[in-house]
Amino acid sequence: MSEEHIVSSFDEDMTQLRNLFLEMGRIVTSQLQAATRALRKEDRVLAKQVIAGDKELNTLESELNDLAIKILALRQPFATDLRNVVGTLKSAGHFERMGDLARNIAQRTNTITKAEAETGSIETLVRMSDQVQVMTNSIITAYERLDEELAEEVRALDETVDRLHNSLFREMLTYMMEDPRNISGCMHVMFMAKNIERMGDNAADIATEIIYMTTGKWPEESRIKKDKTSRIIVEPDA
Amino acid sequence: MSTDMQAKQPIMTARNVDVFYGKKQAIDNVSLDIPENQITALIGPSGCGKSTFLRCFNRMNDTIQICRVKGDIQFAGQDIYDPKVDVVALRSRIGMVFQKANPFPKSIFDNVAYGPRIHSLSESKDHLEDIVITSLKRAGLYDEVSDRLDEPGTSLSGGQQQRLCIARAIAVDPQIILMDEPCSALDPIATAIIEELMDSMKEKYTIVIVTHSMQQAARVSQQTAFFHLGELVESGDTEAIFTNPEQERTQNYISGRIG
Repeated sequence: MSEEHIVSSFDEDMTQLRNLFLEMGRIVTSQLQAATRALRKEDRVLAKQVIAGDKELNTLESELNDLAIKILALRQPFATDLRNVVGTLKSAGHFERMGDLARNIAQRTNTITKAEAETGSIETLVRMSDQVQVMTNSIITAYERLDEELAEEVRALDETVDRLHNSLFREMLTYMMEDPRNISGCMHVMFMAKNIERMGDNAADIATEIIYMTTGKWPEESRIKKDKTSRIIVEPDA
Repeated sequence: MSTDMQAKQPIMTARNVDVFYGKKQAIDNVSLDIPENQITALIGPSGCGKSTFLRCFNRMNDTIQICRVKGDIQFAGQDIYDPKVDVVALRSRIGMVFQKANPFPKSIFDNVAYGPRIHSLSESKDHLEDIVITSLKRAGLYDEVSDRLDEPGTSLSGGQQQRLCIARAIAVDPQIILMDEPCSALDPIATAIIEELMDSMKEKYTIVIVTHSMQQAARVSQQTAFFHLGELVESGDTEAIFTNPEQERTQNYISGRIG
């Protein structure tokens, strides 16, 4: 396919859309990284920066929405252009939600003390966060290069995040049963983990959009969800 | 009956069609099926051969002396280029609407009555009137002209004239209607009225339309065929062509890239 449209201002619009999207992706990655770091280091200043930083993401998303709607209305794109605009529009929504989830982690960091957070080891939580950062970095590359194989790898990585989330869930249950004083810290850690797990889901959804943008086909097999926490229970006398 | 058994044979099939204007080849080995009761859009840049190909379907190219058509075009199982075929009768089965509305310099009534009269389709004056009114209704024009059927067809607006031409084509009870850029001289409202009309007409007729507007092809057709330099590059389901075309040449053309 030739890269350039006959109407060059169409290319300019598409480039701007792409840059807005990539910028959102970079901010999401750094927000998650900073939120996790703030938790580990009990850095409340950094946590506040993460909370404030989410506004930028919201602004970028609304800018991207306006531009995508303008392109649809005025350029009436077809084929790859159409798939690109619609896929980018949907994916930007996922990035925006990922930003909200990162912000929520930072809010919880400000609520609990480090000791409370470490009631249950936060190691697993950090590993989940690292994994999702790998996903968002790969998304950015896959989007830039229209690389369906890399997007497929991102979808597969989400399984690891789900598995870590399951094991953290069990871990937290154990700590809470050991001593009710652990409950407050464990609950917050659990919600933070749930946030990261959902960020992984959003990242996998973006990867699916990238596959459609690139190939024009939705991936055949739907992703196997490995998040089993909705079915884990504890026997009262266990 | 299974759905497969209900699936209709195409009403028209073109196989290995070549068209020459003198020594210049305008159509190169094109094969295409026209499904019944659907709208097929032919798209492509100027000079790609789409109009030439359309005109093969009712032998309009016969009127051009240097034009030769090779290959096989079947309509309802019959070779339309068979020397025994009555071309006038063929064109009453396969009507045509042109880019520029071309009503006869006659009244609205007589424009529509013209075909039934020369083909002796009406049994009586009442029957003829019936055909004219039904055709005007099917062309979505009757309500606008019912009180002035004796006024000249040329007194109507552009969009109305085009619908009058559609009514005139319908009046001889065709099975297929060929449309060669029927909306290119019309404003968006008149265009929308024609497109809405086409959508309702496909219940009863098969339509093949040549259009320069890809948006129009996307809006009205179920099947789209993309022509380039006399070749059929790609044809298929309209939705697939406009969201995920297989050929790079199609992709470049419909997305406005330099191909």
